[in-house]
Amino acid sequence: MEQKDFVLAVEGLSVSFDGFKAVNDLSFYVDEGEIRVIIGPNGAGKTTVLDLICGRTKATDGSIKFRNKELTRMKEHQIVHAGVGRKFQNPSIYEDLTVFENLELSFPRGHSVFGALTFRRDKQVIDKVTEVAEMIFLADLLHQRADLLSHGQKQWLEIGMLLIQDPALLMLDEPVAGMSVAERKKTAELLNRITRDRSVLVIEHDMQFVEDIAHRVTVLHQGRLLSEGSLERVKNDPKVVEVYLGH
Amino acid sequence: MNALKNNLFKRQDLINYGLLAILLVLILPLTLDIFRLNLVGKYLSYAFVAVGLVLCWGYGGILSLGQGVFFGIGGYAMAMFLKLEASSPEATAIQSTPGIPDFMDWNQLTALPWFWEPFHSLGFTTLAILFVAPLFAFIVAVAMFKRRVGGVYFAIITQAIAAILTILIIGQQGYTGGVNGITDLRTLMGWDIRTDSAKYILYFFCVAMLFACLLLAHLVLKSKLGRLLVAIRDREDRVRFSGYDVSSFKIFVFCFAAMLSAIGGAMFTLQVGFMSPTLVGIVPSIEMVIFCALGGRLSIIGAVYGALLVNAAKTTMSEAFPELWLFAMGALFIGVVLAFPNGLAGLYQTLLQKVKERRAAAAAQKTPATPAIAPRNATSDPEPAQGIGVPSQS
Ligand SMILES: Nc1ncnc2c1ncn2[C@@H]1O[C@H](COP(=O)(O)OP(=O)(O)O)[C@@H](O)[C@H]1O
Ligand SMILES: [Mg+2]
Repeated sequence: MEQKDFVLAVEGLSVSFDGFKAVNDLSFYVDEGEIRVIIGPNGAGKTTVLDLICGRTKATDGSIKFRNKELTRMKEHQIVHAGVGRKFQNPSIYEDLTVFENLELSFPRGHSVFGALTFRRDKQVIDKVTEVAEMIFLADLLHQRADLLSHGQKQWLEIGMLLIQDPALLMLDEPVAGMSVAERKKTAELLNRITRDRSVLVIEHDMQFVEDIAHRVTVLHQGRLLSEGSLERVKNDPKVVEVYLGH
Repeated sequence: MNALKNNLFKRQDLINYGLLAILLVLILPLTLDIFRLNLVGKYLSYAFVAVGLVLCWGYGGILSLGQGVFFGIGGYAMAMFLKLEASSPEATAIQSTPGIPDFMDWNQLTALPWFWEPFHSLGFTTLAILFVAPLFAFIVAVAMFKRRVGGVYFAIITQAIAAILTILIIGQQGYTGGVNGITDLRTLMGWDIRTDSAKYILYFFCVAMLFACLLLAHLVLKSKLGRLLVAIRDREDRVRFSGYDVSSFKIFVFCFAAMLSAIGGAMFTLQVGFMSPTLVGIVPSIEMVIFCALGGRLSIIGAVYGALLVNAAKTTMSEAFPELWLFAMGALFIGVVLAFPNGLAGLYQTLLQKVKERRAAAAAQKTPATPAIAPRNATSDPEPAQGIGVPSQS
């Protein structure tokens, strides 16, 4: 294999749930700095692919290399420390904590038991949290309990929690789903800003949104790779038209 | 910016600790005779366990139905030391083997078992009280949490451990004193702990230890680890993706709770003068969860009041209607969980909030010159919801 500058190399990845192959012999490669969008009909296995990369689901077969580090054998928190961050499909935040506390917990310091006991909320932390809160439009709500936020605000908060981790590979699962038109616009802006100096893997259905941000597109169908390339190419691929865009 | 500062003690915290201190250090000792005060001391020894449960269950979401095990470990360690002191060759001259505890002699043991030997030393005993329970908790927690066993399964396993330990203690009469436990404890380094003056001193020692433990627990909860526990309780899965090894935090908090329980057990032995398997098993372990739930599982101070009140009620009621007590306690538990999920501390918090609001409203009426500020105070205050949910947060 030639050693190109892949940030992520997925090869022969498979997972089966009780015999059902949700992901089936999947291979794809993401370049450093690339924004890759994964599309595909519901149940195609998109979310499962992210689950496999971030260690939430263990692969039955195949390999996932992040900057030449094999992820399939690592624990979830180790994968995070390696530099992979993930936003879940449903906003997944700590509802009993405030916005500030949610962001603070994601600050990449004091992740051991001892570290957490001796963690100090110093200027560096406060500045970083405030900076990110401003980016995600929540600067005025720092002391609001997170369960009182709107759906869109929760999505932003989770994006903020990722930003504070400053991952090299950012994975977003349907970041604009369930948002109002206004929120969608703001989110697109936000994503444009935060995806600049990192590699990104996004799952999204909104075609306008895909067109706006994607460098390349990977199409999944029934756990397999159906097509890959520029959005233009993928759109005109007859296989894709048949299963996905045609209806 | 001031609001961002993470103050270790808020004014309300200090008031709450102050009120508890006044109750335990002044009011109760001045109004109760030594017999009753000694009972309060006994109740307070359970409060250590309840405080541990606040961290472990209320914050971390780990329900342990086996805290009696750790209480027992601390209690037995203390009892073994005191028993050895009470079993000097002179005091036990009439036994067929003088110099060993009486129950061993009755069970035809002719030498002190090896694991009793180190309990001649108070230093070793102190270390055993502090560290044996956490060590045992560590083994259990690693086995469970590393494999991601949690929730109901964990509760059942802790319960099973409590049952097994009770059976073991009862079965190994010659080594443990069996069902009677270790009784007839007399002196601590030559100081008679059965006298009234000793009971006073031990009561105050227990109160001091309790405050030390409350302080430790308070510091843990105010650290980032406290907020992390809440996060783990809510969304254990998500915490992993914030970069934390969840199991290590669960292990820590379970061990910490075990240590508090063991200290409580030692306090029990010192003040009550015996230790027995009835304090180790399933029933006491569940009772301890009830103390915590009634007091408020998110409040370490609430847990102390919970332990005091439930036990006071138990003593009063079981003197009058012994059979009814278990039912009453069950009903109490169900009632509290359904009606006041945050227990007495939750009620207290709501009450404080109401008083605050009323004051704010009154202040607003008195100063009509500044109408612009008054309505904001009255309407846009999001505090109540915050206060009830996590009393000692934010
Ligand atoms: N943990 C799991 N156990 C069993 N089946 C699963 C699990 N996760 C996903 N699946 C199945 O795998 C398929 C792909 O799911 P998913 O990756 O969520 O699809 P997508 O995100 O593309 O809509 C679905 O049929 C789903 O039911
Ligand atoms: Mg999905």
